[in-house]
Amino acid sequence: MAGSGVVTVYGNGAITETQKKSPFSVKVGLAQMLRGGVIMDVVTPEQARIAEEAGACAVMALERVPADIRAQGGVARMSDPQLIKEIKQAVTIPVMAKARIGHFVEAQILEAIGIDYVDESEVLTVADEDNHINKHNFRIPFVCGCRNLGEALRRIREGAAMIRTKGEAGTGNIIEAVRHVRSVMGDIRVLRNMDDDEVFAFAKKIQSPYDLVMQTKQLGRLPVVHFAAGGVATPADAALMMQLGCDGVFVGSGVFKSGDPARRARAIVQAVTHYSDPEVLVDVSCGLGEAMVGINLNDEKVERYANRSE
Amino acid sequence: MVVGVLALQGSFNEHIAVLKRLGVKGVEVRKAEQLQNVNSLIIPGGESTTMAKLAEYHNLFPALREFVKMGKPVWGTCAGLIFLADRATGQKTGGQELVGGLDCTVHRNFFGSQIQSFEADLSVPDIAAKEGGPPIFRGVFIRAPAILDVGPGVEVLANIPVSSDKYASSDLSLQGQKENSDSGKEVIVAVRQGNLLATAFHPELTADNRWHTYFLKMTSDVGEGALASVSTPVDDLTSNEQAKNDLPIYQ
Repeated sequence: MAGSGVVTVYGNGAITETQKKSPFSVKVGLAQMLRGGVIMDVVTPEQARIAEEAGACAVMALERVPADIRAQGGVARMSDPQLIKEIKQAVTIPVMAKARIGHFVEAQILEAIGIDYVDESEVLTVADEDNHINKHNFRIPFVCGCRNLGEALRRIREGAAMIRTKGEAGTGNIIEAVRHVRSVMGDIRVLRNMDDDEVFAFAKKIQSPYDLVMQTKQLGRLPVVHFAAGGVATPADAALMMQLGCDGVFVGSGVFKSGDPARRARAIVQAVTHYSDPEVLVDVSCGLGEAMVGINLNDEKVERYANRSE
Repeated sequence: MVVGVLALQGSFNEHIAVLKRLGVKGVEVRKAEQLQNVNSLIIPGGESTTMAKLAEYHNLFPALREFVKMGKPVWGTCAGLIFLADRATGQKTGGQELVGGLDCTVHRNFFGSQIQSFEADLSVPDIAAKEGGPPIFRGVFIRAPAILDVGPGVEVLANIPVSSDKYASSDLSLQGQKENSDSGKEVIVAVRQGNLLATAFHPELTADNRWHTYFLKMTSDVGEGALASVSTPVDDLTSNEQAKNDLPIYQ
């Protein structure tokens, strides 16, 4: 039993301070209810219904999926609130929407619409190169992207109640997602085995607040729910993310840019639940039709969305 | 004593972590045959539509209904409450399959979206009487359901006051019941009917273990004879699987 009965209680800790009346526990709580689930990008109420029917635990309401943003270029902004409202009305599962990094007014608008989660996302064009949104000022919870442990903890310090590793959105290529998840998990493993005296220097090295680094060391995981994102296109990709230790998966363009979205969505949902059962994975991976077209990331011309923020 | 936790989606890790704190083995249940190895079952919080879909894909509903009929203790939190209810409103287009067994009507997502999620101190005299501790319990309500009415055999364990406009916004088909419950302006958030326990909030997200110990007592009451010989093998808690680290509890 040694070591397994530990309860970590954070009362007056650094990341729980909030002026507004939505406590951090409630913000993290919804993310905890999403664990073991799949969050899907949708651009119409019909797609949202397909996602709900397939068993998605939430949908991300967008005007364009990342693959289209990549293809069309230009400035990508928050979606039309009307569209978000229509999608919200179409389904009973939680609805998320994206705001530009640092664009706190877009976040205020999303909060006023009454959606369930805001994604401060590098997939949209960055609005503030230096500062992220101060997420403590909101009652609505935020999910933010990261490429490594330091970035994750900086976002949590700003008030993010959920973290997703960035991957490379809209590419259908899992390589970056694997890199980022491995980086976060690897750093946590290093941290776990570190002498307490070395944590100060480590916190400085990864440019994160010492208190959060220490908490992560004690917990042996990120202190909030951690999903994978950016490049998941098949059930096997999704199960890979789960086996690497993520709590759930975001699927962006992978579902609705494929040959048979309803079937693929259902397969990915099942793959996330039964991620460690290869027999089920065989079943669900059979005959899904064409996957989305992938982008080779060795090509220098492909823009790296993940590098848009620190 | 082995407690199963339905691990399709949602807060099953949190439930298993609480059970572990109490020295009880909690096992993840994903398939029908795994139900045969457990004495009782917790259906955790999560997205009820997602959990229903996954249960349907793997044909779990007949086995779950059978489990409830056999009189084995089952506890549903939030989404699990919806699973256990005989009647549910506010569902997605086309409805969703339920396990049933608990004679009550549940309004899915009664309190609204995440921005309306909240924490509240609930008065829990029955739990305090049986499990000790203070007469209040900090309930975490996340896009929570509420119980609108219960049948005669159902014992109400906790209520929460609501403003009357909440009722106005709830389902139109319920206007009949609205009349008589309007006076109290309370909704039910925890019930027990025989071996079924259901809560609209999430005791697995708080450090207070009393709902879990209450449920464990239900489990040991049922199997008195059969279970008396079973000594909990605490040592294999850690052996087969490396201890999974879980999220902290925020309060």
